[in-house]
Amino acid sequence: MKIHIQNGRLIDPANRLDGQHDLFIADGKIVGVGSAPDGFTAERTIDASGLVVAPGLIDLAARLREPGFEYKATLESEMDAAMAGGVTSLAIPPDTDPVLDEPGLVEMLCYRAKKLNRAHVYPVGALTIGLKGQQLSEMAELVEAGCVAFSQANTPILDTRVLGRAMQYAATFGFRVWLQPIDPHLARGGVAHDGEVASRLGLPGIPASSEIIALFTYLQMARLTGARLHITRLSSADSLALIDQARADGVDVTCDVAVHHLHLCDMDIGYFNPHCHVIPPLRSQRDRIALARAVAEGRINAICSDHTPVDDDAKQAPFSESEPGTTGLELLLPLTLKWAAEHKLPLIDALARITSEAARIAGIAKGGHLSVGARADICIFDPDAHQLISRSTLKSQGKNTPFLGLELPGRVHHTLVEGTPMYAAS
Amino acid sequence: MRNPQLNKHGELQHLLTLDGLPRSIITQILDTAAPFTEMAEREVKKLPLLRGKSVFNLFFENSTRTRTTFEIAAKRLSADVINLNVSTSSTKKGETLLDTVDNLCAMQADMFVVRHESSGAPHLIAQHLENTGRDHIHVVNAGDGRHAHPTQGLLDMYTIRHYKKEFHNLTVAIVGDVLHSRVARSQIAALTTLGVPEVRVIGPKTLLPTDVEKMGVRYCPTMEEGLKDVDVVMMLRLQNERMNGALLPSPQEFFKVWGLTAEKLARAKPDAIVMHPGPMNRGVEIDSAVADGSQAVILPQVTFGIAVRMAVMSMLGSH
Repeated sequence: MKIHIQNGRLIDPANRLDGQHDLFIADGKIVGVGSAPDGFTAERTIDASGLVVAPGLIDLAARLREPGFEYKATLESEMDAAMAGGVTSLAIPPDTDPVLDEPGLVEMLCYRAKKLNRAHVYPVGALTIGLKGQQLSEMAELVEAGCVAFSQANTPILDTRVLGRAMQYAATFGFRVWLQPIDPHLARGGVAHDGEVASRLGLPGIPASSEIIALFTYLQMARLTGARLHITRLSSADSLALIDQARADGVDVTCDVAVHHLHLCDMDIGYFNPHCHVIPPLRSQRDRIALARAVAEGRINAICSDHTPVDDDAKQAPFSESEPGTTGLELLLPLTLKWAAEHKLPLIDALARITSEAARIAGIAKGGHLSVGARADICIFDPDAHQLISRSTLKSQGKNTPFLGLELPGRVHHTLVEGTPMYAAS
Repeated sequence: MRNPQLNKHGELQHLLTLDGLPRSIITQILDTAAPFTEMAEREVKKLPLLRGKSVFNLFFENSTRTRTTFEIAAKRLSADVINLNVSTSSTKKGETLLDTVDNLCAMQADMFVVRHESSGAPHLIAQHLENTGRDHIHVVNAGDGRHAHPTQGLLDMYTIRHYKKEFHNLTVAIVGDVLHSRVARSQIAALTTLGVPEVRVIGPKTLLPTDVEKMGVRYCPTMEEGLKDVDVVMMLRLQNERMNGALLPSPQEFFKVWGLTAEKLARAKPDAIVMHPGPMNRGVEIDSAVADGSQAVILPQVTFGIAVRMAVMSMLGSH
């Protein structure tokens, strides 16, 4: 279908473009920016007056819960959530059941996703079989099946020698290794940031040192192996200096942060609010401020939702027994816009964190930008319209978010995937 | 965020923790408890304040002493008491905490006395009751995880007030495993709220919560320093499973350094009182000579505990 998106404010961070430009789409691709190609006749026109036209968002961590946890969410429900959130590409962590450590499983996931024909799915394969930290996964085969990187999700490798070898093996092929810095011993049994709040509430703590010590190890291993390292879900201020130093030393390292960490800290746990039970934990106000600033400065490359739908039964339990995680696909854009407004950051720089930069980290060449020839994945939104976050408005099967009842900026009007309108606000 | 323990008139709706409970309410509970202690001396020990009400003792964790004193307190107020040892029943069959609560609500419960191994479980129940519009049902926390044991904290305050009259001129030391202790957290909250100018915690750093100073206490590593001129010594129980391992090398070394002996107690003021929430490990945290000595008020604590629990339950039952 040939589509003409007119009168919108086009923001394309990858091409540093921000202005009134029309967009022309044909055969799923962008065929014109600003002016139509010769002979272009639109079959459909979308009026984007007063709206922003941006690349479809790329979420570096979205758990769709399939296979294995279909009672928490399904590909179908979470794809709907992605469309409603303007998210057109999803990197999927390997902590499904069974874990994504087999090419057949990855192929099945990609096939199921493709059949649903909504957001593009980019599986992140397990670095070790079963995420057990003992045997390397068949990385070359997994990449052939569709994996874009390898990770351990929230399950760190106990044996540092195995970690080093996994990174070495990945480096052989130039594959990306995504690691969440958690020292398993220091974090064991913890459910909240080890600080004043956890002490008062009597909650077992996860010290910031568990992140910093693991991060130091990972960066050292990257120096030794030359692996392309991506650090996921930074949570503590003191990690930033380590990343800066590694970059100064020439280590190829990128990092991301979960969007809720830019807005919440351990004080928000209040009276044991299980929606604030997340991994890594919400840390101190000082950490939150440092992270939010570091993303604005570009020291943290990308923002993700760390989308983890959890069923009500698993959340309605005493804090430490509740399942960690928060739903986020539909909050990625609103919370990014809110953070950008607080930091007086231009929209183009804010959107870069959830489009072009995320695309670079996940190695997605065809998406995350609006160049002629690119895949026509588009998100059209009103940056100023606020909307109430409520159980009934969330499309995700997981209603678990500490932001329920809040009004957040950013209302998605249209989401297009490969030139096909997949979502339109009612 | 409204304090979940108070109703919209600022009265006690649930007793969940002493942290954040207004000083006026703590004082009101202690004042209410006073006549109940005298009543215990009488031949007829019953009052009709909770007649016709059903109090459910909901214990997800084993307890003898706390459960018994709650039971006595409720019975002296003429309530019907139902004891449920849930650790051996429904949760083993996979029932969730809130399902258990809903079932007991369907049996016309008026009050839950809850003990649970997870911090925050009584808060969750109170929140659930509010969300489902059952404001007439009250929750009393009888100990949750490491978080709070408010009636123990209150009976400790009652004991201190009984022997020392005032709080504003006291120095109090809390000794032992503060990290894992819900009793210590409730004591610290109550002491600081009641205006005790100096609260010290004494013990190895491995048994100290992170940022403990932010709770308003001063840390002293040794008994020599920590017990100097104190008015009150509050000993904590050391759990067996924590005596050998990465937190402590051995009970012997713990006793040598932090066990309360007559010799160490001599550092305190001559009229200092010695308290312990029980059950005691003689020869681990406290020497028998001190536990049975003239400065110990450990058994009066138990007696006062009944009066304080009567006070809490009668206040909750009155609105």
